[in-house]
Amino acid sequence: MKTLLRPLCAAAALTAMLAAPMAAHAHRQWLLPSMTVLSGTDPWITVDAAVSNDLFIFEHVPMRLDGLVITGPDGAAVTHQNAATGKYRTTFDVQLSKPGTYRIASVGDGVMASYKLGGEQKRWRGAPADLATAIPAGATEVKITHSQRRIETFATAGEPTTESLKPTGQGLELAPVTHPNDLFAGETAQFRLLLDGEPAAGVEVAVIRGGGRYRNEPGEMTLTTAADGLLEITWPEPGMYWMEAELRGGKSSIEGAERMAVYVGTLEVLPE
Amino acid sequence: MRRLASAAVLTGLMTSPAAAAELNLTVEIPRLSVAEYHNPYVAIWVETPDQTAVKTLAVWYDLKLKNQEGETWLKDMRQWWRRAGRAMDLPADGISGATKAPGRHQVKFVGGKAPLGTLPAGQYNLVVEAAREVGGREMVRIPFQWPPKAPATGQAKGSSELGAVALTLKP
Repeated sequence: MKTLLRPLCAAAALTAMLAAPMAAHAHRQWLLPSMTVLSGTDPWITVDAAVSNDLFIFEHVPMRLDGLVITGPDGAAVTHQNAATGKYRTTFDVQLSKPGTYRIASVGDGVMASYKLGGEQKRWRGAPADLATAIPAGATEVKITHSQRRIETFATAGEPTTESLKPTGQGLELAPVTHPNDLFAGETAQFRLLLDGEPAAGVEVAVIRGGGRYRNEPGEMTLTTAADGLLEITWPEPGMYWMEAELRGGKSSIEGAERMAVYVGTLEVLPE
Repeated sequence: MRRLASAAVLTGLMTSPAAAAELNLTVEIPRLSVAEYHNPYVAIWVETPDQTAVKTLAVWYDLKLKNQEGETWLKDMRQWWRRAGRAMDLPADGISGATKAPGRHQVKFVGGKAPLGTLPAGQYNLVVEAAREVGGREMVRIPFQWPPKAPATGQAKGSSELGAVALTLKP
């Protein structure tokens, strides 16, 4: 009885971890900045981080801040301040002490492995570096998934800059053609989706407008990146938009692993 | 004496007539009956027909606040901020000014003199954008040709945060 229950619990925990980043399954993860276009000296913003069904509504679980990376206009790391976790959301502040664009991202890079050992189903989760020693000899039916996720948003004090937007070359990323803090309703923005630094062609991207609670239609646009990874979005209305791209399969830098890469971005579109 | 004087006057008249051209503007800030009223932030600028800002002529905002706190809301003049404001260093002499109360306000800009300076000949828009604290935001555009070969006028009328805006050009 005990041996049957343990793998089930592990599986449930693993499913909860897996469910979070994948939009194909229930919940969506997102960062919600209080503002993205700021003027004046030393402005601050506050960011909400949560996992939910309804976009930008706090109704499920807070997002964890391990993996939070804030890049300042000079490319240097910026530390978040005043973090607090409540029942439905985590909140933190970012001080934009230098003028320019800040990139605020929750980045995850992990490996999940399942295998059979002595007739038992086992699972392991950890960093790519620890995989070599994680699976014991004699393990069969080994299945490895390399999961990368980036959930981000942007804010600019004064004039937009691009230093902080330089691709890291890991997982799915959005490279600006249009600056992400220069978005206005009725205009068309262009972004390039990259996978490990290279243009990602033919990837389906969902773009959903917030405020779904106050209307009937979901407000979802489905777009596909062009051969050069280019994505073109014409914003129908002002508001906060959630963008998600997901890639499954394809080779990973980890031998024998199936890859899963997710990108989520929160973009603010201002009225004309 | 008189001949020299009249020659001087004639020379004065003949030197760069385009530089002496004037752009006069009357901006009406409407009187609103609201519980909490604050004078609006207003930006006035010149743009080319494709909406590229070429000259910011005036920015009326709370420039007297401590620690330049008034700059916090410059971004609420959304189009001016993105087209020109965010690249500017404020306060700027001859451009920044305090907010203005409801009423008609006249401003004059002279060709060849800051902040209008030298404007290449062509078609432009004069744009006025207003944003009011705990209020709304409005923008109007008046097309004009520069330099004016003859006196010209143009007007626009806001419906909420701006009243009548009248442009008068003098060659």
